[in-house]
Amino acid sequence: MNPKLTRRRFIKGVIASGVAATSTSLWYSATGADRPAGAVERLLSINVNGQVRRVDVAPQETLAHTLRYKLGLTGTKLGCNRGECGACTVVADDVNIYACSTLTHEVKDKAVVTVEGLRAADGTLHPVQAAFVAELSPACGFCTAGQVMSAFALLKNNPRPTREEARQAMSGNLCRCGAYDHYLNGVMRASGQLS
Amino acid sequence: MSSHDVMPEMSLYQPVRVEDAIGIANQFADRGWLVGGGQDTYGWLKDRAKSADALIDLKGIESMRGITETADGIEIGALVTLTEIANNPLIKERYALLSQAAVKVASPQIRNVGTIAGNVSQDVRCWYYRRGLNCYRAGGNLCYADTPEGMNREHAIFNASRCVAVTPSDTGPALVALEAQMVIDSASGQRVVSAEDFFVGPNVDITHTTVLAPGDILTAVRIPAKWANAQFFFEKVADRNAWDFALVSLSAAMRVNNGVIEESRIVAGAVQATPRRLTSVEQAVRGKARDEATANSVGNLASRDANPLNYNHFKMPLMDNLVKRALRGQA
Ligand SMILES: Cc1cc2nc3c(=O)[nH]c(=O)nc-3n(C[C@H](O)[C@H](O)[C@H](O)COP(=O)(O)OP(=O)(O)OC[C@H]3O[C@@H](n4cnc5c(N)ncnc54)[C@H](O)[C@@H]3O)c2cc1C
Ligand code: SF4
Ligand code: FES
Ligand code: FES
Repeated sequence: MNPKLTRRRFIKGVIASGVAATSTSLWYSATGADRPAGAVERLLSINVNGQVRRVDVAPQETLAHTLRYKLGLTGTKLGCNRGECGACTVVADDVNIYACSTLTHEVKDKAVVTVEGLRAADGTLHPVQAAFVAELSPACGFCTAGQVMSAFALLKNNPRPTREEARQAMSGNLCRCGAYDHYLNGVMRASGQLS
Repeated sequence: MSSHDVMPEMSLYQPVRVEDAIGIANQFADRGWLVGGGQDTYGWLKDRAKSADALIDLKGIESMRGITETADGIEIGALVTLTEIANNPLIKERYALLSQAAVKVASPQIRNVGTIAGNVSQDVRCWYYRRGLNCYRAGGNLCYADTPEGMNREHAIFNASRCVAVTPSDTGPALVALEAQMVIDSASGQRVVSAEDFFVGPNVDITHTTVLAPGDILTAVRIPAKWANAQFFFEKVADRNAWDFALVSLSAAMRVNNGVIEESRIVAGAVQATPRRLTSVEQAVRGKARDEATANSVGNLASRDANPLNYNHFKMPLMDNLVKRALRGQA
């Protein structure tokens, strides 16, 4: 129960919103609770890198936090923690997102892939990773995991992007070292358009 | 356990029906916070500049998804993401103004989760306010931006009323140009508000940017067929090409027949708290060709009544030049 929502506030809320006779309050009294039913369960099963992981997740917890501090997947970096750098980029259902700006509960029905999930079981690097190595894309490497994940999502949806398309697709990943062109070369190599 | 996390403690609801979301929103009243993609929301909460007791995540509500063709145009579910809008074939073909605006928002990752409802309902980006200062918009009694030393380069040049913040939404002006209708559900039923009336300035309500009240849920955006396949112009000028808010944006829809502009809707973003219709320009170009001469004849009509602050005079010629570019012909 939310300790902040006292019974008094609930009653005031109903009076103020004037919905005492609607289905809301009927359903409310049926549950016997003094807050709306349907608050999320803390114990979640989430699919990360093809594995279903059981984890206790606070309602307001970010995916970056769950990955790094509860599942030990520290490949996902936190740069700004506010949607302004891209270091935390992961892929959910083939779409790249900021793990710092996603609640873990928001992806409970999705397949999440982090940088740890890319290489093959025998350790072979994913083509994006191999291309980034070949093109010497990373400088300090702090943004690299995020760059890899954005490139991975791009090539899933558009296997042979033009350089301009790649530039647009990678534009949500900052690189403090300014290695943008090196990453772009890596994307073009991974898509088989550079050799 | 969650000591590393920057999110404050809150409860979270994930209703799957609009009625339930409205019920929960009403219970929590102004302590509840609706979440679409959360891309505007989480910054406020992490910064402790605003707080909520409960997040109400709307993403499980199927009826608020999808883009459908209707008898009079299209209906876009409130949860449709900016990426979906940017890529949707129907929107690209008939209402390209909206897809062009959507693709300019923030970054790919933000567009992948940011919803159209969240984009039009987002709060202003004034940094004093976002830092949690108790300014007019936060319910206090002064404006930090509108002072001799205030950093107001990004702020309003029109219709300020105590607050000088501007609308940050890239899709808002496009929706006003397209005469979109906003569908709002609440415990008392459904109402439909034109995009133009959806946005409110500080003279009407200084602590809100839209007509939405607690318990109101924007469920869909309708775009009438009227402007389908018209001639469009969209341009956003910002300091950076990605990830940055507009200094000025311009959305224009023009019905051109035999080379003559029969009707137009020209709307600027980031010049005042709401999308600004440039009605004087619309009137001046009615019946004229969409060409260089018309573009030049308009001159500085758009910025004529501006009231710039210390650091944002540049928005006046910027806006006038965007108007010229919109009018001088098809790109
Ligand atoms: C780094 C950064 C850069 C950005 N750049 C841009 C930019 O260039 N242009 C731009 O336009 N925006 C920009 N944004 C702002 C914003 O995050 C996005 O525009 C996004 O579209 C917001 O949508 P959302 O669904 O994530 O919003 P949310 O955070 O989920 O919601 C925003 C607000 O709308 C309300 N809301 C959401 N859905 C509904 C609904 N169905 N009914 C009623 N109220 C609702 C929420 O309660 C909240 O108050 C940027 C944000 C960040 C963090
Ligand atoms: S411009 Fe508006 S939001 Fe910014 S400090 Fe002034 S009152 Fe507050
Ligand atoms: S850490 Fe998520 S975008 Fe910077
Ligand atoms: S390689 Fe150093 S931040 Fe990108």
